[in-house]
Amino acid sequence: MAELPGQIQRMNGGINQLLEQIFGFSRRCLFRVISMGPIPNHLAFIMDGNRRYAKKCGLEEGSGHKAGFSALMLMLQYCYELGIQYVTIYAFSIDNFRRQPEEVQSLMDLMLEKIKSLLEKESIVHQYGIRVYFIGNLALLNDQVRAAAEKVMKATAKNSRVVLLICIAYNSTDEILQAVKKSCINKLDNIEASGSCKHEDTDSDIEAKDMENQEKKIQLVDIEENMQMSVAPNPDILIRSSGETRLSNFLLWQTGNSQLCSPAALWPEIGLRHLVWAILNFQRSHSYLEKRKKQL
Amino acid sequence: MLSLRVPTPTSFRRLHAGRSRLSRDCLISYSPSFVNRGVRLRVRSTKSEVVFTPTEEEEEEVTLPEELQPELMPKHVAIIMDGNGRWAKNQGLQPWDGHRAGVEALKEIVELSGRWGLQVLTVFAFSTDNWIRPRIEIDFLFSLFERSLKSEFQTLAKNNVRISIIGDSSKLPKTLLRLINEVEEATKNNTRFQLIVAVGYSGKYDVLQACRGIAQRVKDGEIDVDEIDEGLIEQELETNCTEFPYPDLLIRTSGELRVSNFLLWQLAYTELFFAQELWPDFGRSGYIEALMSFQQRQRRFGGRKS
Repeated sequence: MAELPGQIQRMNGGINQLLEQIFGFSRRCLFRVISMGPIPNHLAFIMDGNRRYAKKCGLEEGSGHKAGFSALMLMLQYCYELGIQYVTIYAFSIDNFRRQPEEVQSLMDLMLEKIKSLLEKESIVHQYGIRVYFIGNLALLNDQVRAAAEKVMKATAKNSRVVLLICIAYNSTDEILQAVKKSCINKLDNIEASGSCKHEDTDSDIEAKDMENQEKKIQLVDIEENMQMSVAPNPDILIRSSGETRLSNFLLWQTGNSQLCSPAALWPEIGLRHLVWAILNFQRSHSYLEKRKKQL
Repeated sequence: MLSLRVPTPTSFRRLHAGRSRLSRDCLISYSPSFVNRGVRLRVRSTKSEVVFTPTEEEEEEVTLPEELQPELMPKHVAIIMDGNGRWAKNQGLQPWDGHRAGVEALKEIVELSGRWGLQVLTVFAFSTDNWIRPRIEIDFLFSLFERSLKSEFQTLAKNNVRISIIGDSSKLPKTLLRLINEVEEATKNNTRFQLIVAVGYSGKYDVLQACRGIAQRVKDGEIDVDEIDEGLIEQELETNCTEFPYPDLLIRTSGELRVSNFLLWQLAYTELFFAQELWPDFGRSGYIEALMSFQQRQRRFGGRKS
């Protein structure tokens, strides 16, 4: 009789495993069907609603973010299974530093723990061969988190299958500002360098002078190549959970032509159906957009 | 004509229209108008036929629709006027008929915005991406713009509206450029409401020209590279023509879920609203729906609302 609870547990475990395998199989079938149409190359997520989720479920403070992390791992798994190559997530904004110090500290501790876990053998990084980038003003982070982030970037530098960009201490306006600064410095250095060579050249005709003036002016590519997000193409879809429809200073430069989705679900509640819905919508407008891109 | 106009303290907003007797044969009726518009008084005497009524400019009805709350109205609304071509196609008309209908819709929205107390309205008239359209359509669009500007300029100037045009004006026809300069110069001191029209504009181009301006200032020794900050970029962007460069609400019609490179930097914390209607059908009801949606949103700017 004492063996009964143990047997029931084993049966439960067995049933769970079976169910998981069935779900996994159906999911892969679904993905194969969706892949008949165009699949986005780059997906971006604003993971909004963790604290509201904790409040809603009556959990303690901070557990909303932990639930959010599990949801994130699930979404990453779905994205990479589907064949999406780049995924960007908005982990922590520069504006979030304005929150209560205790909350900021607990978020930093959680991020440190999770960043370190990425280096473990069983982590999703090794499972999918992910190259990880940390995008943002890393100087604003404390030393431990920054060191851990740099370690992960170095360790995954050789991975090439898929890419995960984690925006931490990030603001789009800050990113643009840094790119503008770098472009100014580079251009001024170039002008100085070329100016010293062209000292004796006084017979240049008007055309050459025009070209020179054009070269002296900063071009769009100068700014773009100095953006931290230039390691990835522009996102095709931006998904913000919790139903808010705003960009909140995230990837303003890169989402000019991205499709914007704002499912009402809070981030820990996000699931496969939201991802599938976003991709189906993307496929609907894709052919029209491709035509426009070719015209441009 | 006499008009009695007093500044409105906030408590006046709670007053309802009413009437009271000044004397046995003299009635005074008053109705509170919208914020900053004062109180409108009408004095009617039964003995004489004299009626003191407000001057013509204040005749218009300025109360907000009851669905909207005055204290939650946005200061700056931006609109992407999408869907003229599709509207024309649905009606079996030519694309330029769609644009004409679009201008009529725009007139209505500008009037409502002014009446409902908005400070700035920015509209996306022509993007840098639109240059690929057929030449005949582009020429029509610019001539339509010129005609509309000429015909509406007087009304807008009389109503104390400031008009600003932003965007890369280098490719615009010379006559249009001259008209734009005239209009901007003539209305630059108007203060009640500002209409910003983006023509040949793209958010990236705006940041690029701001960057060039800053680089020039650094080269001239006016500022140091280390002094470049977000405030400086904001000053150099084309939206520096207004006191409120950041839209509170962005509306895009025709159901497309994209920003299409409009106002990049300025949209950092803007609430986005995507309307299903095509632009010529947008009108008053669509506008009210968008503003109602805005008023229900919780804006946190990265912080927390505890």
